[in-house]
Amino acid sequence: MSTPTRRTIKTDYLARVEGEGAMSVRLVDGKVEEVELRIFEPPRFFEALLRGRSFLEAPDITARICGICPVAYQMSSVQAMEDACGVEVSEPIRALRRLLYCGEWIESHALHVYMLHAPDFLGYDGAVEMAREHPDVVQRGLALKKTGNEVMALVGGREVHPVNVRVGGFYRAPSRQELRGLVEPLERAREAALETVRWTAGFDFPERAVDCELVALDEPGTYAIDQGRIKSDRGLEIAPSEYDDHFFEEHVARSNALHSRRLGGGAYLCGPLARFALGADRLSPLALEAAREAGLESPCRDAFRSIVVRSVELVYACDEALRLIAAYEEPDAPAVAVEPRAGVGYGATEAPRGLLYHRYELDADGTILDAKIVPPTSQNQLAIEEDLRHVVDRYQELPDDELRHVCEQAIRNFDPCISCATHFLDLEIERA
Amino acid sequence: MTSVVVIGVGNAYRGDDAAGREVARLVQERVPEGLEVVVCELEPTRLIDAWDGAEAAFVIDAVSSGAEPGTVHRFDATNEPLASREFRSSTHALGIGETVELARALGRLPARLIVFGVEGESFGSGTELSGPARTGVERAVELVLEEAGCTTRP
Repeated sequence: MSTPTRRTIKTDYLARVEGEGAMSVRLVDGKVEEVELRIFEPPRFFEALLRGRSFLEAPDITARICGICPVAYQMSSVQAMEDACGVEVSEPIRALRRLLYCGEWIESHALHVYMLHAPDFLGYDGAVEMAREHPDVVQRGLALKKTGNEVMALVGGREVHPVNVRVGGFYRAPSRQELRGLVEPLERAREAALETVRWTAGFDFPERAVDCELVALDEPGTYAIDQGRIKSDRGLEIAPSEYDDHFFEEHVARSNALHSRRLGGGAYLCGPLARFALGADRLSPLALEAAREAGLESPCRDAFRSIVVRSVELVYACDEALRLIAAYEEPDAPAVAVEPRAGVGYGATEAPRGLLYHRYELDADGTILDAKIVPPTSQNQLAIEEDLRHVVDRYQELPDDELRHVCEQAIRNFDPCISCATHFLDLEIERA
Repeated sequence: MTSVVVIGVGNAYRGDDAAGREVARLVQERVPEGLEVVVCELEPTRLIDAWDGAEAAFVIDAVSSGAEPGTVHRFDATNEPLASREFRSSTHALGIGETVELARALGRLPARLIVFGVEGESFGSGTELSGPARTGVERAVELVLEEAGCTTRP
């Protein structure tokens, strides 16, 4: 066996799946001919993997699609399975699911706001450089994220890929006493989230308005997370079961990726900006007040200000988690019985980065015959590309390196799940 | 806390990307006591919490550096970064290099931090390790146990 050496390691040491999160731009005579964002699409593999498996396995299998938002995949899949089987879960189970989801919003938003997005605004190369000069700020972000992880660990049974979720409810419901242990960390997190809003609201924002349709879940009386009807700011209002009648995916030339479009329309955007546009009035009073102080008005179409909206959602997720804990009654049983039946079921929930749609077809014994999973990033892809087209057009005189950085910044506004195992954005620029 | 922690990171569904997880799993199997073993995705707070305050931490991950698949790279990150500029360019998550430097900036590194990279061959969707990665995993297990001062159970 040869002696291990570190000299072989160059710039791409520890790079994993290079090239899957990639972007190409074609400029002809100073005009942007094409902007293509290639996104690794794990759901395709999982859709195939799910066929032939039991409907009960869907939450555990789909949770593996994303290391950042496994709960979203679990929640959309259990909702779809319960829909297919004609079952409704009890209120305490639903409340627990929403609590678990709040945990995921906290950890995912804290990661994005602090570690990925904020350094762009403050002129740092990344979180590391920012941590050297502002260790307290970065510690605050890590502490927030950790609180989200704690909620997920307690309710979900594990922090990265929760194992406690099942079709019909949970394997085990936590006691009131156990949940009470989350109150103090969540109260601290809520304070940190309020500071986060004040902090991000003070950044400088280049104007960058997105003009596409905004699509999010809508639930009367609450800021929709775990269920609701699908609505848009241009009058769309449908049940999740009607999704395929209004949205479609198409293959795009030069790319293997599928792009989602509105039927008869074009690009649309899901995520914090869309949720805030459609549901800001149903945020908690504290989150609303934070938004107001930050000068946020709904609708906010400024992609750069999405960091402030995410911060407001952090306040809301902490606040909502505390409300759910205070109101929590242990369910009689951690899960309701779900008998399989032949049919089709639909699920739609709000992943941290936007609407996540699942559809399953089951046979009478619960075997999955067909699965369709449309993650938020696929839905946002066209909107991101349209935005990048403007960005490239405006900054095309910059050298490649600087242009790449500007593009990365623009992409980060949308918090896309380029891939859970990809650390690179390769930018190819053809200047014909 | 005076402890030795072995941390295997990677995505269990991306072929050879799971090599680091497999190393940690085998280490735990062969040395069931005296080592803390953590298997996780690349999650910064999890990693930092896992090694913060430890006497020594061994992190194993899959790599794709162009070397012969199955090669095991060793990197001592105790005093110098393993991050290159390229590491920070993720739009979605923090890499190991960044997580190490983040911990360094915050004073939350273990007293000794060794990172092993198992060179992978295939990172496509799937749950199987390639032959070369499997060989690399075996070698990495030996190296980790050697450096952690453990005797291998046959």
